[in-house]
Amino acid sequence: MKRTSILTTLILAFAFIAANPFAAAQDHDIKESQHEQSDQQSDPGGAIDAEESEFDPSEYILDHIADSHEWHLYTNKHGDHVSIYLPVILYSQNSRLNIFSSKHLAHSNAYKGFMIMQEGERKGRIVEVDEEGVINEEKLPFDLSITKNVAAMIVVAIIILWLFISLAASYRRTGISEPKGMQGFLEPVIVFIRDDIALPNIGDSKYERYMPYLLTVFFFILVNNLMGLVPVIPGGANVTGNIAVTFTLAFMTMVITNFSGGKGYWKHIINTPGVPWWLKFPVPLMPVVEFIGVIAKPFALMIRLFANITAGHIIVLSLVSLIFIFKSVAIAPVSIVFVLFLDCLEILVAFLQAYVFTLLSALFIGLAVQEHH
Amino acid sequence: MTGTLAAVGAGLAVIGAGLGIGWIGSQAMQAIARQPEAGTKIQTAMIISAALIEGVALFGVVVALIAK
Repeated sequence: MKRTSILTTLILAFAFIAANPFAAAQDHDIKESQHEQSDQQSDPGGAIDAEESEFDPSEYILDHIADSHEWHLYTNKHGDHVSIYLPVILYSQNSRLNIFSSKHLAHSNAYKGFMIMQEGERKGRIVEVDEEGVINEEKLPFDLSITKNVAAMIVVAIIILWLFISLAASYRRTGISEPKGMQGFLEPVIVFIRDDIALPNIGDSKYERYMPYLLTVFFFILVNNLMGLVPVIPGGANVTGNIAVTFTLAFMTMVITNFSGGKGYWKHIINTPGVPWWLKFPVPLMPVVEFIGVIAKPFALMIRLFANITAGHIIVLSLVSLIFIFKSVAIAPVSIVFVLFLDCLEILVAFLQAYVFTLLSALFIGLAVQEHH
Repeated sequence: MTGTLAAVGAGLAVIGAGLGIGWIGSQAMQAIARQPEAGTKIQTAMIISAALIEGVALFGVVVALIAK
């Protein structure tokens, strides 16, 4: 595929998402007005009254960290929210498959017997509600909606596909030669992953099988981390700060590790050599500890990535909300400078976390495929 | 996260991270001072260890976030 046609596809895809007919201005929601990023000093229409609830930083932060069915673009000068309303796809026992725009569910409206829970344990989830208004909290519909995180992951997938397909195409055209353009940027990274992460840990003879997975995981995490730092669409979706996403990545590492494990690997877990027999036989303490290790290592991968990225986002959001807490423009320069500094640190963390996840995955795979010494 | 006890827990986790990463940094600096040629290798190892220790400290923060 030529690079220009891939670029055209990318731009068309993005334009489709951005010009989505679901985007619309919404009526001014008083509570949401406090979530404006671009706070104007004047207050047209007196929308923010003295009796309004105070700016609640923890709710502001948690709303921005969490996933959502709409993608908030900006708030225009009348205080209206302009968002892209992403499709909601539900499967419930009563009404089978439902696909509709989340615009119908905005502002806690109920539509076709569904609404978004505003409070409580299931806050933010879609629940079924019947005509009297009784909410069925036990059985939630099966939610396959395209939420903000899903849409962001699709965009990142398109970006990564474009980058690497055009990279491979340019190698096919010109052969192994002096790298130029995007090649010059990606080739050292790929070679680094092969020479410093895969080869030393997995070994000469077997590393090639796992290179696709390691490369995918590295670039997926890296691009998602970096996109999470960009405040404009299609960035700013906090994908790797979603514990379900990191769980899936760690789960994949666990599956690959355990399916690649040879006899030596399982022998180390069930019957660890060099350990006294009374730790294994009547009460199998050592095997239990090793089994816990099999679960605990990917669990640590999941938590490490999730917590690092989410913590970074929370800090940046807290510094921005300082402006609203102090209610003064004078804080803004100080706050913005701090935020810029922290964003630089976050870029470092983005690279580092992708590297550490890939390194540890390679390490675990290497331990599993290791031949008996 | 609500609850001051959760906040205190998070603070303790941060103390642990600070001590750990500070120790790594000081040892790394001493090592680089002894042998400047090994500077890049030591720096790489330092950054990796810092990331791993930070992961552990963030376990504590995540538990504090979950506790309400």
